[in-house]
Amino acid sequence: MSSLIDPILVAVLLLNIFALGNSRLPSVIRVVGAQGGLLGVLPLLVHQHFGILPLGVSFLTVALKGVVIPFMLLRAMREAQIRREVEPSVGFLPSMILGAFSIGFSVLLAQELPMTKAHLGLLLVPASLSTVLVGFIMLTTRHKAISQVVGYLILENGIFIFGMLLVEAMPLMVELGVLLDLFVGIFVITIIVNHINEAFSSLDTRKLSALKE
Amino acid sequence: MTDLTMVLLVVSISLLASSGVLGLFLGRRSATGQRWAALLMLAGAGLGLWIAFRHLLRGDSGTLDLPWFLPWGSFRLKADALASFFLVPVFLIPALGSIYGLGYWNSSERPGSARALQFYYGILAASMAIVVLAGSSVLFLIAWEVMALSAYFLATADATDPPACKAGWMYLIGAHIGAVFLIALFSLMYRSTGSFAFEAIAPAALLPGVATILFVLALIGLGLKIGLMPLHLFLPGAPATGPSHVSSLLSGVVYKVGIYALIRVTGILPVPPAWWGGLLLFAGATSAILGVTFALAQNDLKRTLAYSSFENIGIISMGLGLALLGRTFAHADWIVLGLGGALFHSWNHALLKPLLFLAAGIVERAVGTTETNKLGGLAKSLPMTATLFIIGSAAICGLPPLNGFASEFLIYLGLFRTAGLTGNGGAGTWPLATMAVPCLALAGTLAVACFVNLSGSLFLGQSRQLLPTKSFQAPSASMTAPMIAMAALCVVLGLAPGAVLPLLDRAIAVWNPTTSSLGPSLSSLVPAAWISAAGAAIAGLIALTTVLYLRIVRRRTVGIAGTWDCGYARPSARMEYTASSFGHSLRELFRWALWPRVHRPQIAGPFAKPSHFKSYVQDPVLDRVTLPGAQLLGRAFAWLRLLQQGHLQVYVLYFFAIVVLLLIWGRSMR
Amino acid sequence: MTNLAVHLVLLLLMPPLLLGVINRTKAFFGGRRGPPLLQPYFDLARLMRKGLVLSHTTTLIFRAAPLVSLVAILFAGLLMPMGPFDAPISFPGDLVFFAYLFGLARFVTTIAALDTGSSFEGMGAAREVTFACLSEPALFFALLLLAKLSGSLVLSDMLHSPLHAQWTILGPSLVLVAVGLFIIVLAENCRIPVDDPNTHLELTMIHEVMVLDHSGPLLGIILYGAALKLFVLGAFLLHIVAPVQTGRVWLDWGLFAAELLGLSIVIGVVESAMARLQMRHVPTLLVASILFCGFGYFLLVR
Repeated sequence: MSSLIDPILVAVLLLNIFALGNSRLPSVIRVVGAQGGLLGVLPLLVHQHFGILPLGVSFLTVALKGVVIPFMLLRAMREAQIRREVEPSVGFLPSMILGAFSIGFSVLLAQELPMTKAHLGLLLVPASLSTVLVGFIMLTTRHKAISQVVGYLILENGIFIFGMLLVEAMPLMVELGVLLDLFVGIFVITIIVNHINEAFSSLDTRKLSALKE
Repeated sequence: MTDLTMVLLVVSISLLASSGVLGLFLGRRSATGQRWAALLMLAGAGLGLWIAFRHLLRGDSGTLDLPWFLPWGSFRLKADALASFFLVPVFLIPALGSIYGLGYWNSSERPGSARALQFYYGILAASMAIVVLAGSSVLFLIAWEVMALSAYFLATADATDPPACKAGWMYLIGAHIGAVFLIALFSLMYRSTGSFAFEAIAPAALLPGVATILFVLALIGLGLKIGLMPLHLFLPGAPATGPSHVSSLLSGVVYKVGIYALIRVTGILPVPPAWWGGLLLFAGATSAILGVTFALAQNDLKRTLAYSSFENIGIISMGLGLALLGRTFAHADWIVLGLGGALFHSWNHALLKPLLFLAAGIVERAVGTTETNKLGGLAKSLPMTATLFIIGSAAICGLPPLNGFASEFLIYLGLFRTAGLTGNGGAGTWPLATMAVPCLALAGTLAVACFVNLSGSLFLGQSRQLLPTKSFQAPSASMTAPMIAMAALCVVLGLAPGAVLPLLDRAIAVWNPTTSSLGPSLSSLVPAAWISAAGAAIAGLIALTTVLYLRIVRRRTVGIAGTWDCGYARPSARMEYTASSFGHSLRELFRWALWPRVHRPQIAGPFAKPSHFKSYVQDPVLDRVTLPGAQLLGRAFAWLRLLQQGHLQVYVLYFFAIVVLLLIWGRSMR
Repeated sequence: MTNLAVHLVLLLLMPPLLLGVINRTKAFFGGRRGPPLLQPYFDLARLMRKGLVLSHTTTLIFRAAPLVSLVAILFAGLLMPMGPFDAPISFPGDLVFFAYLFGLARFVTTIAALDTGSSFEGMGAAREVTFACLSEPALFFALLLLAKLSGSLVLSDMLHSPLHAQWTILGPSLVLVAVGLFIIVLAENCRIPVDDPNTHLELTMIHEVMVLDHSGPLLGIILYGAALKLFVLGAFLLHIVAPVQTGRVWLDWGLFAAELLGLSIVIGVVESAMARLQMRHVPTLLVASILFCGFGYFLLVR
């Protein structure tokens, strides 16, 4: 069972790269949804026992991250009537390469961090670090608000993966906490996205700079 | 016996040095001086090559030690296997180049500069030989300086060519900055070991950290001379603008002398830490990829060739870096493969780059321009040159069965082994070094792109502008004969690399004497017989298919028509894909490194004035960083001009003030 | 000895069949009947019977290039082991020779394209060398992975090491390298989504346009060479994806041939299901294949 963790994490990292290189917003949103769905199964594999509560939390995570949040984002996207991301400040191809470098960097960094013996050889820490970095890249270089929300989601996924390390210590706290945080965040963000669209009739966040003095 | 060989070597070097002297005394337009010079160069080169091969084949070394008038060191020449290995291109290429010069830069066409060029050519060849043979660091530095000065005079031989003069001046500046680092290096070595000789330094003789300083000084000082990016900034101008047989020396052989010095210095330093080899490997990979990228971005034929030299220097540095890693981790096979590949590639590049430059010289002389966007279709009027150029291009891209592949093969074998293949034995593997393998592959495919571009836009297709037929000068036999010799050597080295492997083993044994007797020999690691057989099989198969094809086609009708032009009514030669268009996508992909300058047309208003579009790539390190930085420094220090009053009394006052200050300081010290 | 004979027979005779299978698959997806499976053979025979039309801009290089390219790819086929049997020619380091033979074929093909002096061929040649720059590093990452796994530098040993036994441990690595190699197979053989082998439109062509001016026997040699390249690279991919080892000689050969046909069907399906990428997105796809292969190797040596 535990040998399934590695392929899932590799799939998550590949989905990161795919999200960085793609310019079509529906694909990117579905990629993040798929990533969230995959990560929902992860606590079960790490936890290694299948009681009713872990199964329930897993189901909730998959439903929320994999279905509900992408649905909300797709609806916001349809109302704003955009389907594509404009050329970001770091181009698509360079961001893909940057994402690949972040994976290498995270692996090197993970070897330097002080960790317990059990956690040393795992792919969990590098995967979470690089997912957080990829989320940062998307947040800072993309111009459309929806892409930045996707970046925020990827960032949260990265923190979620890191939380897997604490699963034995605080079984359900981590997952529930991250889920609540995520849900409230997305709720607020979709409202704001609508307001931005109404005020500027565009979702290009560079126009927000018109608000400064 | 060894003394006799050394004396003969000194004789051959003097023949080279004095080859141009006779011409100085004869008339400006007489061809006799040039012919005597070529003859003397050939004689000296022949003698020197015989001695060098004798040393290589026997594996012995000769020393000549004479006292001289300077208080430091002595006139010490040492010809061991490593030096003899590098003597071969140092003797061969200038001799071939001087034959080429008989037709290319002959005294009847260029009375003003031919005699001086011939004289300095000989001096350059002789000084390079002394640098390679030098056994004392003072002699090394003196010969190094003579080499730089004669290179400067050669590059600026044509005084009526302003870009050449500026480029030569840049070259000299770069050479002297490097020389500063080399002087520091050798002084530090003298302070640590107490002798000027190039003997292996025991680790105990060096204070901690001194070895690193020595390595860094050598890397910077010699990197400025061989063109290890980003230290290449002073180098591409001179080969790009000077006479072609001079460019072939500057871009082909002088770099090898610098490589020899780097190999020698890293050989005498004690066992290196891993980061030395890693740094060389990284710098080599960067140089390989970016060098050929810059070559792709140039619009001038000779500048492209000058930049592509950096790719090959990068490959040689990668081999040397691998050898250093082998010394760190005590892997004899890495040392043998890495250094063997580096040395072999030095020979190959010393043959190939001059071949390409000599062909470029023929093109320049025939049509008067070297702008690649304006050339084309020259294969019909220069068939021999076109064939030799394409053979040289295929070889420099590292394609089998030619010699470029054979040397890159050795480096690949070594790099693959750093992955730590099972059954390799020995602790310590460095998987990071295997990242150099895709870099080398990328450099190889970029080189294919660059040289296909160059060959195609020069020789194939139709000519893009009406070239002046009046001044078209077909190359003479003296110009094509050296090129044929070089191309033949390329093919031979590619088909029979096994012949070179024992020579490489002896040269490597000099560099790495501790494990050489126990370590594997190159012949056991490299399947040279298979390479030769495969190359011969490919050549044979090509011949067979050609025969079959000719039999099939014999009875077919062969029609001649125009190239398919999609039914366009008035096709013209201007519609061909130019060299810039060919490299356009690659230039876009590498825009982050090239920083191209683009001047877009200014179109304003409904009746806009005629405007034009221009894009070019300058050297980023030189033109975008160093020159603006130097100008900024000049402006920042403009206040120093206040001190330059121009009045003699003020300067005397300065002397007086300093004397007073020294007196006060002397008193306070007591 | 029989293995050598079967190897040669398959290498020389089977490649056009792969093209036929691909075309038939695409026709099936298009609701058509499609050409006969043996149509490429008939095409080759017909081309060999025709006369030549040469352009007066071209030189000897134009006529020599298809021959040199064919010989290079044929030799690469002699280096490639098929099924569980060793290749006829193998020596340490032949993996580098293998990759550089394709480079030689590319060099002569692009030079011949520039020889015609047409803007179409020049465009195709420029795109071909650009995309080759991006696919070679991926190929070498895959070769590095195989060398590290098998501990040898001989292609026959590398591809015959028991990879299928290690799928559970190395699963992600091998899957990544397999996907990356599949993208390279598509790119090097000019299949959708990199290039469209059916059209000669300026927007879409890379390889088809380089051979626009060749005719008659030369065109036949080029078509045959392209089929050979598909055969050799497909055999390379099959060693990683679906290695066979039953122990019975004829069964192994039969399985290998069947797998190659299966690969052709898969390529046909991919071609029918996807559209050609925009030319400016092809570098993204190729860089993705470099990242896949590199990532797979990285996971191995981590």
